[in-house]
Amino acid sequence: MAKQTIAAALVLLLVAAAAYAAFFVAPTERSMGLIQRIFYLHVSSAWTGLIAFFICFLSNLTYVFSRKPRWDWLGVSSAEVGVTFTTVVLITGPIWAHPVWGIWWTWDARLTSTFVLWLLYVSYLLLRTLIEEPDRRALLSALFGIFAFLDVPLVFGAIRWWRTQHPQPVIMGAQGSGLDPRMRSVLLFCWLAMMALMAFLMRERYQLEAMRGEVELIQREAEGQ
Amino acid sequence: MKNLDSVFAAYLIGWGVFFVYFLTVARRTSVLRADIERLKSSLDRGK
Repeated sequence: MAKQTIAAALVLLLVAAAAYAAFFVAPTERSMGLIQRIFYLHVSSAWTGLIAFFICFLSNLTYVFSRKPRWDWLGVSSAEVGVTFTTVVLITGPIWAHPVWGIWWTWDARLTSTFVLWLLYVSYLLLRTLIEEPDRRALLSALFGIFAFLDVPLVFGAIRWWRTQHPQPVIMGAQGSGLDPRMRSVLLFCWLAMMALMAFLMRERYQLEAMRGEVELIQREAEGQ
Repeated sequence: MKNLDSVFAAYLIGWGVFFVYFLTVARRTSVLRADIERLKSSLDRGK
């Protein structure tokens, strides 16, 4: 419990420092002004969400081959955390877009593929609630999770392969694209804070899933008696 | 200070989503912990 409190305090401190950097250290962008500061939350959450889905994909793949429950637990934990981060992306994006584009939403390749990604992982979580038998639930959701991950390269490539309303990438983009060095440092720091938050949330969620596994085991024992 | 309210709204909602998610995990964990205790004691009584 003490370890958990210390971890929570450290993550909170890191997130607060990241917010301070986004508001007071990063320079104000010339054409968009103050509203561009949403970038530090929006982009760092988007990257972290994709990392969470990648962890989910690896866990699902490992589960299919090993059939060890702990990979199923990690899969569902990372999917849920990934959905949370992507929810933040889907909320902060329109708040940023409205004053800049004059619209809240448009069905361009990046926005649509991100929304589809969110729907796929929400479906993954819903699918799990529909199957009672633990081994069958784990296998079917792992297979669905592997399929859902196919959308991640589309989200990554959408602004590189197609012309979109969404801005072109400022990191790992085409030649000539880039970011002010101070903006880049603040963005990377915000990403670090989000990664720490992801690790903390995933650990909490994993413990919950492990406990659920324990309950299912006890219930099976009770039924066997 | 144009759009300051939108920036604050984005950050508040974003952090709010993370906080609410953390609360749901904590609540589910405490409910499950109580369930485990109840199941264990009913198993012990059955032995």
